[in-house]
Amino acid sequence: MNDLTQAFAAAFKLIGRLDPELLGIVTLSLEVSVTAVMIAAAMGLPLGAALAVERFRGRQAIVVLLNALMGLPPVVVGLVVYLLLSRAGPLGSLGILFTPTAMIIAQSILITPIIAALSRQTIEDAWREYEEQLCSLGARQLTAALTLLWDTRYSLVTIVLAGFGRAAAEVGAVIIVGGNIDGVTRVMTTAIALETSKGDLPLALGLGIILVGLVITLNAAASLIKEAAQRRYG
Amino acid sequence: MLPLTLNNLCFAIDGRTIIDHVSVEIGSGPRTIILGSNGAGKSILMRLCHGLLRPTAGTLEWRSGNGDPRRRQAMVFQRPVMLRRSALANIVYGLKLAGIDPTERELRARDVLEAVGLAALADQPARVLSGGEQQRLALARAWALGPEVLFLDEPTANLDPGSTRDIESIISAIHAAGTKIIMTTHNLGQARRLGDEILFLSEGRLVERSPVERFFREPASTEAAQFIRGELPWQ
Ligand SMILES: Nc1ncnc2c1ncn2[C@@H]1O[C@H](COP(=O)(O)OP(=O)(O)O)[C@@H](O)[C@H]1O
Ligand SMILES: [Mg+2]
Repeated sequence: MNDLTQAFAAAFKLIGRLDPELLGIVTLSLEVSVTAVMIAAAMGLPLGAALAVERFRGRQAIVVLLNALMGLPPVVVGLVVYLLLSRAGPLGSLGILFTPTAMIIAQSILITPIIAALSRQTIEDAWREYEEQLCSLGARQLTAALTLLWDTRYSLVTIVLAGFGRAAAEVGAVIIVGGNIDGVTRVMTTAIALETSKGDLPLALGLGIILVGLVITLNAAASLIKEAAQRRYG
Repeated sequence: MLPLTLNNLCFAIDGRTIIDHVSVEIGSGPRTIILGSNGAGKSILMRLCHGLLRPTAGTLEWRSGNGDPRRRQAMVFQRPVMLRRSALANIVYGLKLAGIDPTERELRARDVLEAVGLAALADQPARVLSGGEQQRLALARAWALGPEVLFLDEPTANLDPGSTRDIESIISAIHAAGTKIIMTTHNLGQARRLGDEILFLSEGRLVERSPVERFFREPASTEAAQFIRGELPWQ
């Protein structure tokens, strides 16, 4: 009990004095996950919009697949990316295994299906409402897709935030392809996983507190944005 | 682009016939009311005419003329569909799709907003307007396109009497400005007030076409006579 209190006190002290090691880990985490979510949004949102408005053979299969990929286990994504990037793998010559780039790739793969599947659902609901009106006004598929992306933008922001939360909180993929190298690929989740076992409880706890704070902030921001948009735009 | 000629037009969903061999020529000028009870096929027929649905048999032809007929007609739906942007932006959006010059879009949009009495609400988000205001906005968005033909599918079905009067007077103004009105309703009073001729639809078949006054005085079909008696039982 006493240990725990001490660990918490030490953790808050680390946060309070902006410990450089802690700060470095948090910064790298954010860099990796923000980049990954931007890549995932750039691919997932257009994919979601296209699946929502286009009718083609095999569409249903893609939708089902995408929904299934939302539940991809991070360790499996990590393993696959590892195999691709390892020296013997097809992309081994790039030499990016155990770099932040590899972590970004793994997280992008992990959250692109999430953003695509959730935005497909949101955009398709809006499309059901708008379709006749937009067709009547002479909108083609591309125009319709862009209109829907714009009109559902607040819901889409919350989807992207959810994707970011998932990326920042996962450990399985980045630990495999990043390797938790001190000062190079050590992010919040991998540090927590490994420092705990090494006995550096204050650092692990401090990072844990920041991570939980981040997740809570993201969720609060998401619901505030949604609510404000609902009130403003109906 | 008128007349619009339907020739044995049929439409079926899952093998069920909804529109059954409708042949008619709809000319310019008189306001045409498509009348019939719920489920008669009015909305489907209107969507076929507007090109939102494709007939399963038969043909539908606009008189060949200058330009694409799809671009010279507009439609207002029973439930207005408003984009998540301001009232003004909703109209500008339609004008943009119609290929209107950017500089002219806003001028035109403000003009029609004025004409439907929504000038003061131009910058309000469209979806928070009342039902009646939204339907007026939908009319304005259609009117702004300067259509030769305007399709209206039960435009007042969900509205209170006050809003209904507003909508009806806007429709009259659009007609007076030279747009052909083709409208569905199941409201006899509205058919009388706004219509010049009636197309009476029953179970997907066009059973009668008459000038409004004659339709109510001496309906030629038993279906129409029954419908009028059913809707106005005190007569
Ligand atoms: N998407 C649909 N699928 C199956 N049946 C439909 C569909 N839309 C309309 N119908 C049927 O077609 C008939 C005519 O519908 P509609 O044109 O909406 O009638 P109304 O005259 O009331 O406007 C109704 O019996 C309705 O149930
Ligand atoms: Mg209807």
